[in-house]
Amino acid sequence: MELSAKDFKKGQPRWCPGCGDHFFLASLQKAMAEIGVAPENVAVISGIGCSSRLPHYMATYGMNTIHGRAAAIATGAKVANPNLSVWQISGDGDGLAIGGNHFIHANRRNIDLNMILLNNRIYGLTKGQYSPTSPRGFVSKSSPYGTVEDPFRPAELCFGARGHFFARAVATDAPGTIEILKAAHAHKGSSVCEILQNCVVFNDGTHESVYSAEGRKKNAIYLEHGKPMIFGENNEFGLVQDGFNIKVVKIGENGITEKDILVHDAHCEDNTLQMKLALMEGPDFPVALGVIRDVEAPTYNDAVAEQIEDVKSKKKYHNFQELLMTNDTWEVK
Amino acid sequence: MAKVEDLDQVVVRFSGDSGDGMQLAGNIFSTISATVGNDICTFPDYPADIRAPQGSLTGVSGFQVHIGANKVFTPGDKCDVLVAMNPAALKTQYKFCKPTACIIIDTDSFKEADLQKANFATMDAIAEMGIKNDVIAAPITQMVKDCLADSGMDPKAIMKCRNMFALGLVCWLFNRDTNIAANMLKEKFAKKPGVAESNIKVIQAGYDYGHNTHSSVSHTYTVETKSAKKGVYMDINGNKATAYGLIAAAEKAGLKLYLGSYPITPATDVLHELSKHKSLGVTTVQCEDEIAGCASALGASFAGALACTSTSGPGICLKSEAMNLAVIMELPLVVLDVQRGGPATGLPTKSEQTDLLQCLFGRNGESPMPVIAATSPTDCFDAAYMACKIALEHMTPVVLMTDAYVANGSGAFKLPNLADFPAINPPYVPESLKGTWTPYMRNAEGSRYWAIPGREGFTHILGGLEKDSKTGAISTDPENHDLMTRLRAEKIEKIQVPDVVVEGDKDDAELLIVGFGGTYGHLHAAMDEMKAAGKKVALAHFKYINPLPKNTAEVMKKYKKVVVAEQNMGQFAGWLRMKVDNFAPYQFNEVKGQPFMVADLVKSFNQIYSE
Repeated sequence: MELSAKDFKKGQPRWCPGCGDHFFLASLQKAMAEIGVAPENVAVISGIGCSSRLPHYMATYGMNTIHGRAAAIATGAKVANPNLSVWQISGDGDGLAIGGNHFIHANRRNIDLNMILLNNRIYGLTKGQYSPTSPRGFVSKSSPYGTVEDPFRPAELCFGARGHFFARAVATDAPGTIEILKAAHAHKGSSVCEILQNCVVFNDGTHESVYSAEGRKKNAIYLEHGKPMIFGENNEFGLVQDGFNIKVVKIGENGITEKDILVHDAHCEDNTLQMKLALMEGPDFPVALGVIRDVEAPTYNDAVAEQIEDVKSKKKYHNFQELLMTNDTWEVK
Repeated sequence: MAKVEDLDQVVVRFSGDSGDGMQLAGNIFSTISATVGNDICTFPDYPADIRAPQGSLTGVSGFQVHIGANKVFTPGDKCDVLVAMNPAALKTQYKFCKPTACIIIDTDSFKEADLQKANFATMDAIAEMGIKNDVIAAPITQMVKDCLADSGMDPKAIMKCRNMFALGLVCWLFNRDTNIAANMLKEKFAKKPGVAESNIKVIQAGYDYGHNTHSSVSHTYTVETKSAKKGVYMDINGNKATAYGLIAAAEKAGLKLYLGSYPITPATDVLHELSKHKSLGVTTVQCEDEIAGCASALGASFAGALACTSTSGPGICLKSEAMNLAVIMELPLVVLDVQRGGPATGLPTKSEQTDLLQCLFGRNGESPMPVIAATSPTDCFDAAYMACKIALEHMTPVVLMTDAYVANGSGAFKLPNLADFPAINPPYVPESLKGTWTPYMRNAEGSRYWAIPGREGFTHILGGLEKDSKTGAISTDPENHDLMTRLRAEKIEKIQVPDVVVEGDKDDAELLIVGFGGTYGHLHAAMDEMKAAGKKVALAHFKYINPLPKNTAEVMKKYKKVVVAEQNMGQFAGWLRMKVDNFAPYQFNEVKGQPFMVADLVKSFNQIYSE
């Protein structure tokens, strides 16, 4: 059966006009139609926050749960029912503050979850407090004199937790978003997709440099596995390795040709360069978009199922009555 | 030759350093006794320290077993035989001895250094403590060394067999067949036949030592079987019985069993037990924290499993938000609380009933939840089975309460036949409702239907926000919220639970004893003792706490005097007062982390009786 985005649509979203969540929702519905999993085989599980309202607008199975616990709840759903395609939706507060512990452990275990992190660097639903991704010095209602703490960089957490998949897209960039969502689905294991998303009310312009197509041309680089890392309005810039670092070069200057440019390897098990790419930021570097890391590894849910099958084939008891008889027993006559 | 005396019941307490293997010796002796048809009730008393210094007073580990020709209800207040493997054990455990108790000590471990570790001032511990009991003072360590001199074992391994010598001696004292122990050890050490052989040799040496020297006792004893019910039995502790109950319920319901858990004393053995049984398809996930244990179980429940999470009191604090989510989502979930001493970290290895109000009420909003409290180690099986049945059939989280005492204590468990257990029929959404179904439609019992992901035509969203009773959409409508609150409460109130049974002088008791959960054995023993002294007394013991049995008010009102006895400051008495008008019972409250002493109960109840 051919599916369309309509098959995944439900209800009328209640986000503020212009909120990045609207864009993302549309891309997710399109991506799901292209992936082609029937809506009844999809579970969309969120925590609490603006973005966590998302499952209400999906014509799939869904849970809008409690603050921070979406990854843990999604873990149970996937392990208990591995046939489901499970999508976990969290914001930066839900996923990285109150839910930080579950975020790292889901990555460490490599559970086959598509973990969407809608990052607007602010608490929107509680009306404007700094989040764990707000930059140092950020002024908000709960930090009128600026924050005195450093933010998490989601890729660093993901890689630090031994995550095997990390991708990034801008909410307003539908093709870029759809592409990474499809890659996340295709990847077996936990797949973190950071969506750079604007909060028009409490943190407008936070991703300004890459929010428009023109901005992305200037300030972002689309990474593609096997392709040289070239960017710029006229594809005039590239990335090369420079000692322990990477640096931006201009093609044609100082004898640099396309051949000198680094070729992206998302499948490289060593995440050192992928980390450097993921942490690039302006004005000196372009923001990396696309699939930054995508490495195959055994998934937790498969391993659980395999172990059960393995033990089943080795042990001699397979039902409750047989279990009882594995004990020392005695008979009173 | 020592005379043989027949006893109706006897209590033996094994004690020693936590590395001395007292739990194993005690377990084997219990099983030998059970195998010949005696009833047994055991209580392991662990030290709280991770590893206290060897020989120290805080490192003493005890194991008490009560064996009876007829039914025994408790591990016994005080013991008839105390095995004390070192001075620290003698010093800390002597208080559990009856005046007539026989004490077995290893003289080789009563040397100056050992005595100092246990803060003795003199070289004669027995005299220093003023002990007048019969004492079998045996050079156990030396005899074990001699016995295993040719075994090729290293000295450390040889020392680990001292417990088996003590066991052999106790077997002689009670005329027990050591062959049963030998067979158990052969099975336990099937992969290490050398270890089994050495242990068996030492047991026999202990037995022979008693037999040859007649030690210093005038009697040996037998406990004959008088009233055991026919059947096949095994020895089971409460945690294992709980795990078995969950497995049985999942099989009966035809569902996958999922446990999300985080290690915590004294509940961890449930995780251990379930983790073994992958051949039954059991899935256990040791989560990153207590919250994830409960949250992942809820996810598994949504996805169609029989989902459980296991913990103790501090874990319930952490799980409460996810438990509450299960209440509003109306998803089945079994939450096991193996109670320990609180508040906070409290007394992790000790037993209390202090979580009752937390389980009933420890959540925000109106959050009704069924609560079941297991009454004995073997009853954990039935309680766990019924918790699953109620959760699945009524689409609700259920709290299953046990405690450290029933969790670690054991009894003879008659092997159940799953075919005899009631069917479990979750309210799966009927196919006929396709197209008109909404998530909060209810059946005749008031339960929501269960639509498991994967079913076409029933996609839906559940969540922590209040939903419209008809459409299932988010709603803040005041009337709807009031209605949903009532529907959730009514659903729980409608759950059918068996009437509370009144035992003893149910028609003309002057005093009704009331309790709940793990104190059943002690309260029953107290009643028996009072009845034997000619008192008119009855016992109503509760397993179903929420909803309470229908006849609760009637029973509470029927007797002149009622005493509610519990291991907390009056939580169950308070719950009964909420539910029964003008109910003003006497209370017996004790929060010591230890099981009740039957003698203390009887003393207090007699006072109330004669007031």
